[in-house]
Amino acid sequence: MSKKRSIFIPCEAANHTCDKSQYREASLWEQIKLNIHLIYCTACRKYSKDNKTLTKLTSSPNIHYLNAREKEKMKKAFFKELRNI
Amino acid sequence: MSKHQINPNAWIDLYSDYLFNYTVSRVKDRETAQDLVQDTFVAGLKSMKNFEGKASERTWLVSILKRKIIDHYRKINSKKGQAEVRVNFNQESGEEGNWLEKKIADPYDKTAEDSMENTELGLAIHNCLGKLPQKQAEVFKMKTLLGYETQTICNELNITASNLWVIIHRARTGLASCLKESWF
Repeated sequence: MSKKRSIFIPCEAANHTCDKSQYREASLWEQIKLNIHLIYCTACRKYSKDNKTLTKLTSSPNIHYLNAREKEKMKKAFFKELRNI
Repeated sequence: MSKHQINPNAWIDLYSDYLFNYTVSRVKDRETAQDLVQDTFVAGLKSMKNFEGKASERTWLVSILKRKIIDHYRKINSKKGQAEVRVNFNQESGEEGNWLEKKIADPYDKTAEDSMENTELGLAIHNCLGKLPQKQAEVFKMKTLLGYETQTICNELNITASNLWVIIHRARTGLASCLKESWF
């Protein structure tokens, strides 16, 4: 990779940007570079596609999970029970 | 000494999300679901010595949970369960949930394909998360499902931002390949 600022980025950087953009944390310039990379890189295109699908799946409203506080509460009660046995 | 291993200390970390997801889609109420999952763990603890190791720990816990869910519906129905049901409206509680339909498992609820798919998706995701190394799963959950800021996670787990992104990347790749067959 050349030292000077380039619009061409290596695949690792492209994947990193792609991961970041799943959380809306990639800057505009990073995204432009990613998209340029995607024009000529099949592997990263595939990775980006899968990554987007994964984001879509995990952001489905019907996935339920316990937040930290609820889990903590559960643990506390559970370990109290565990000690009694 | 028994051959199969059972380790209740790790139960909550390993299975609570999976079981919770399973329950919420059946009782439609977070509070109740939490209580039921809690009860399941405790019941599991008490009958630990009956666990024969024929199935995985999780399967075994799910089977307990199923009984708990059924018991839950029996209980909320039993208050007026003895009386024959004449009306389909119940004025006692005076708030939402008066309709009798809300007091039983809704049989039509699962016929809608998307709802079914979503339930399965939740389970599939928790299942795959369970297969990841614990650190990856933890970071991924915090970042993606709970939506924490990068900085918050870094502080909490004492890792650098680039470290975090590497973990996220591995978790995403792992998850994608785990979910690939049925969900992509």
